[in-house]
Amino acid sequence: MSDLPLIQADRAVPPPAATTSTGGRRRRLRLLSRTDRVVITLMVLVPLLLVTGFVWLPAVATVLLSGTNWDGIGPLNEIEFVGARNYSDVVNIYPPFVPAIQHNLLWLAALFVVATPFGMFLAVLLDKELRGSRFYQTALYLPVVLSLALIGFVWQLLYSRDQGLINAVFGSNVDWYGDSSVNIWAVMVASGWRHVGYIMLLYLAGLKGVDPSLREAAAVDGASESRTFFRVVFPVMRPINIIVLVVTVIESLRAFDLVWVVNKGRNGLELISALVTQNVVGEASRIGFGSALATIMLVVSLVFITIYLATVMRENRQ
Amino acid sequence: MSRPRSQAEYLARLVPPSVAGINRRSLLAGAAGTGALLGTGLLAGCGDDSGGSDSKEVSLGSNQSDAKPKDVLAKVTDGFKTSSGVQVAVNTVDHNTFQENINNYLQGKPDDVFTWFAGYRMRFFAQKGLASDVSDVWGKLSGYSDAFKKASTGDDGKQYFVPASYYPWAVFYRKSVWQQYGYQTPKTLDDFTTLAGQMKKDGLTPIAFADKDGWPAMGTFDILNLRINGYQFHVDLMAGKEAWTSDKVKKIFDTWAGLLPLHQPDSLGRTWQEAAQSLQQKKSGMYLLGLFVGQQFSNEEQNDLDFFTFPEIDPVIGAKALDAPIDGYMMARKPKNEDNARKLLEYFGGKAAADITVKNDPATLVANTGADVSGYTALQKKAAEVVGSATEIAQFLDRDTRPDFASTVIIPALQQFIKDPKDIGGLTSSIENQKKSIFTD
Repeated sequence: MSDLPLIQADRAVPPPAATTSTGGRRRRLRLLSRTDRVVITLMVLVPLLLVTGFVWLPAVATVLLSGTNWDGIGPLNEIEFVGARNYSDVVNIYPPFVPAIQHNLLWLAALFVVATPFGMFLAVLLDKELRGSRFYQTALYLPVVLSLALIGFVWQLLYSRDQGLINAVFGSNVDWYGDSSVNIWAVMVASGWRHVGYIMLLYLAGLKGVDPSLREAAAVDGASESRTFFRVVFPVMRPINIIVLVVTVIESLRAFDLVWVVNKGRNGLELISALVTQNVVGEASRIGFGSALATIMLVVSLVFITIYLATVMRENRQ
Repeated sequence: MSRPRSQAEYLARLVPPSVAGINRRSLLAGAAGTGALLGTGLLAGCGDDSGGSDSKEVSLGSNQSDAKPKDVLAKVTDGFKTSSGVQVAVNTVDHNTFQENINNYLQGKPDDVFTWFAGYRMRFFAQKGLASDVSDVWGKLSGYSDAFKKASTGDDGKQYFVPASYYPWAVFYRKSVWQQYGYQTPKTLDDFTTLAGQMKKDGLTPIAFADKDGWPAMGTFDILNLRINGYQFHVDLMAGKEAWTSDKVKKIFDTWAGLLPLHQPDSLGRTWQEAAQSLQQKKSGMYLLGLFVGQQFSNEEQNDLDFFTFPEIDPVIGAKALDAPIDGYMMARKPKNEDNARKLLEYFGGKAAADITVKNDPATLVANTGADVSGYTALQKKAAEVVGSATEIAQFLDRDTRPDFASTVIIPALQQFIKDPKDIGGLTSSIENQKKSIFTD
């Protein structure tokens, strides 16, 4: 995952900006040679173009298209604007929308409350250098290497009502993937299984970086294991904690592959991302309507991004 | 929506394109499509590479990505090369990808001839000018029933499609099971219900059923609609001209709700393969599905498989109409080698191509009745007879209506109905509201 370097890059940007504004403008310019200026220009321009072309333009286009009824056929000048009709349709007459929002929030809550803490817990255990910890590490990390599509298929072998392992072993008759009151949980177990490994590895890397003398000092002071962790190690790991938090939010917002593999995000497995795909990609080509859903998803994501950025910036100011 | 033809294809489609890596061609097609959108005027001005009637080549965009059908198509195009001397450049694209990218494909630089299905979507492309009129080819074709010609005709009365093969939807059963219990083919809905009740007493699941993928339940809806309201109502309903809140539609759901307890429970988590296997394992008594149900039976069991068309519900309507999706070929809007493209279509529609198909692929039914079908199995012969005697042939719900309506409205709605068959009023008004926002023109 490339999430890590990106975050660090974000945090690294503000300080240089601060110094340029404080320094005298003329003197600073003279300090830079022609090559420097070319390099700086390129370094600003290239990422700027990339971000504009691949992030902002598509985002703006999506918002614009969400006000149309385009079906993907015919030239752009034939597009009809329908105002906010797509949005009112999404909210008022599109039955999968409300469940999708609920499932996305549920997904976030489940990863945040169960999977992420459990992954951190495993990391703490593995950090104890138990015998065979390398084996456990590999075993727990293995699902992260598998694609979610493959994970969906593996779990299908367990969950299938008539031919699956779970029902065969326990003699139960639960329709794991088909019963709309059960399947979201079944899928979240599968997705959590993968998420735990991911968080575990991230956190383990962080734990290895904690100065052992801190723990020794705590032990000398007579602090118990759990007290040492919560009072000493956990606060020291603040940067990693934020990364883990952000990764959890990102993973839950972009949850998609698994439900798509199971039943294309229908019947109890509605997620906003799956609804966008159902409408935009493929033969359906309800591009205007799908864009409205995508815009809603963008707004939801923006809420979390804003919270995150606000936190990071406040921290930098301190 | 394509039916998976084999277990391998079924598994392959479990992997979404985003993960499988969209194939290069579809990306190119997409890019070409975008290019065309941004500069339709420019492209139009570019001028095509001349009519090229002297050229010895024609291109064919094919969705026959499975080994067997691909091989059969290669043999057919070889036959065309031998008879006309024209080389066919076949561009094979994964079946699902082809279907999902059809909009971009047709608006970009499509091949001269491409594979497609009869139905609403075919007529839609014809109306949008994305396909060419092939009425003159039809003038040279023989061996097609009126039903096939009707299915190949656009809204303007011209033909835009050349049929090649088809498969009917019917109620399948195992002869050995029926003999063992002494079951008789039902003629009316009452017979059907009584028979299913008897199967339940005999410890069988009367009707195998699966709708995890969303489309199999459309078959049940279609056949009930065809039996209760008839073919014309089916066409009008699919075209968005009839109200889903009407009593006629409610009657379909009411009848279905009465039959649901006789269906295999928990169908929303089951694939059609699993349901077909319950028939194959003699756990279920019958199964309404397409002819492809036979894929789940071993070669020795094929002779034990039989079917009947869904029984009559209303004596005025009768029981002659059925779903029999037709696959075939269309011509792009501006083919590079138009003359050769027409020749190729004529060959595809002719007896020679049909003969090659019958000889090499025992799983399809060819559309041309002039073909030598002595190689058909008993089941194929019966299927061909049933479709041949059908008064009207429907193309299956998702081919008879707008794809956006079928996939984003009907699939969730039918699954909702299966989950909760009681709230028919709420369901039909929800469908009607969504229909109004989709069928705007």
